[in-house]
Amino acid sequence: MNRILFSITKKEFWHIIRDYQTLIIIILMPILMLLLFGYAVTLEMRQIETILVDQSHTPQSRAFLDDITSTTFFKITDRDVPEKEFEHILQQRKARCIIVIPADFARSLETQPETNIQVLVDASDPNAANYIRNYLIQISARFNFKLNPQLKMPFSVEPRILYNPDLKSYFFFVPGLVAVIILLITSLLTSIAIVREKEVGTMEQILVSPVHPLQIVIGKMIPYTVIGLIDSILILIMGRFLFGVPVLGSPWLLLLSLIIYVLSGLSFGLLVSTITESQQVAMLTAMMITLLPTLMLSGFIFPLKSMPLIFQYLSNVVPATHFLTIIRGILLKGSSLMDILPEMGALTGITILLLAISIRKFNMTLE
Amino acid sequence: MVTVEVENLTRTFGKFTAVDQVSFSVQKGEIFGFLGANGAGKTTTIRMLCGLLMPSSGTASVAGFDVYTQPENIKKNIGYMSQRFSLYEDLTVRENIRFYGGVYGLSRPQISSKTDELLEFLKLQDQADALTASIPMGWKQRLALSTAMLHDPPIIFLDEPTSGVDPVSRKNFWLLIYRLAEQGKTIFVTTHFMDEAEYCNRVSIMRDGAIIELEKPQTLKTKYNVNTMQDVFMQVVEKKSL
Repeated sequence: MNRILFSITKKEFWHIIRDYQTLIIIILMPILMLLLFGYAVTLEMRQIETILVDQSHTPQSRAFLDDITSTTFFKITDRDVPEKEFEHILQQRKARCIIVIPADFARSLETQPETNIQVLVDASDPNAANYIRNYLIQISARFNFKLNPQLKMPFSVEPRILYNPDLKSYFFFVPGLVAVIILLITSLLTSIAIVREKEVGTMEQILVSPVHPLQIVIGKMIPYTVIGLIDSILILIMGRFLFGVPVLGSPWLLLLSLIIYVLSGLSFGLLVSTITESQQVAMLTAMMITLLPTLMLSGFIFPLKSMPLIFQYLSNVVPATHFLTIIRGILLKGSSLMDILPEMGALTGITILLLAISIRKFNMTLE
Repeated sequence: MVTVEVENLTRTFGKFTAVDQVSFSVQKGEIFGFLGANGAGKTTTIRMLCGLLMPSSGTASVAGFDVYTQPENIKKNIGYMSQRFSLYEDLTVRENIRFYGGVYGLSRPQISSKTDELLEFLKLQDQADALTASIPMGWKQRLALSTAMLHDPPIIFLDEPTSGVDPVSRKNFWLLIYRLAEQGKTIFVTTHFMDEAEYCNRVSIMRDGAIIELEKPQTLKTKYNVNTMQDVFMQVVEKKSL
């Protein structure tokens, strides 16, 4: 029994090692994706191209504009352009934001209860427009406070940012990447590995031997479990040393959840292998049923709570949804098993169900 | 002694009847040929006898074991080689042998001695560590047969074992089969090549899922009054389809 299992696993490792192109992809993909998501893809905003138009030219207006230029959020590309060019500038995307200080700014500040400045924002990227708006509200509030120190604020909000105090987006992405890459490798590689044997005819040869189908499945899963775990540890180590993403919770709890999650990916792969006959189709199918829901419906990038209710329900059957809550909790918040018990339960349940379905389907298709 | 006993064996796929009430028996040490055009039901029959496919009705026993209830015992007593040779091309010759040895549950020392024995028998010692993809078809064919026999089974099923192989290799392959039959092994072989049918002790000709002739090649040639099995085959297939 064990000798048979060992033979199958050993052979699978030979396949992986001989196919060095795939081997390189397996090792390089996590590294490249991590660098890409860590450095290039960021949800933070900086260096917004901005044009300042000061029609007032007074010490007050200059003081306000100094507040704006002193941040890295705005990048001043031009100053004092005539009003008739505004439309053209926004159309040509030479700036995303134009701030106009009216000629009566200084006088109005002294005499009027309220003074307006004009801000033109290109909202074709609504996310950026929102950022710009919020940022300017902050700056103007600070400016007002400086001008009238005796001004009484009825109350103010003083947020304390927990678990990711600098609001770094890679704190959010690194755990997510573990989820995506594990799923990709486990489901894609297992489905291809099994379908390849069907294509070449070796599956049939193994099946006429006294090997139990379950032994084939387990023997094939072991190497990909190992690879999935190695890749996740690689990402976590790089995340730790390149981006400072901590592992606050128990590493053993992390390993346990990783293993359960890897098993869910493997069962996806097995399921795909039972419904496909060629390696290409298997690859596409695995991508469709694993990668897409994981990217869109797990909260990897898009927050689930702001989705329509039906998608929120749907997201509950995506293993990555629960795994993301678990891994973000363990890494960033130091969650204990008790804190993440519902998610662990859901993930384990889904995995067992998937595994049962795929093994049953696998047995049936051998007929 | 009868080693394969088949009675009214039938297999349907939906409305299509792939194998229709087939009956025959094969003696120990016999080379039993299975002829027929593509889709005649040869492969389906073999797959049922190997435990890869459950029959729809009828009975069959292989090496004394029932195909319905004892497929695991059957698998220990048969070797199976398909036309695709079923070798791992990205593994070396030696690794292929060791893998299949492991699959059949051979112990480590058994695998080692079998590997050496096979490599010498196949005269592949020099290529033992070459990738299987790099060796010629004829050798792959013999390697595939050897790996299918690592556990020394009394019955061997060969499903079109000589397709895609040159004539010299084919002849050598049949010499090998004769030697195995002399050792008392039962050979169950399907083929497209009618000259190969001449080498069999008995042949059965299948058409549309049914066996329509089952005799010694010589008897069939006399019966149809022709000189070759090729002519027998053409006559049998033509006559019945009229």
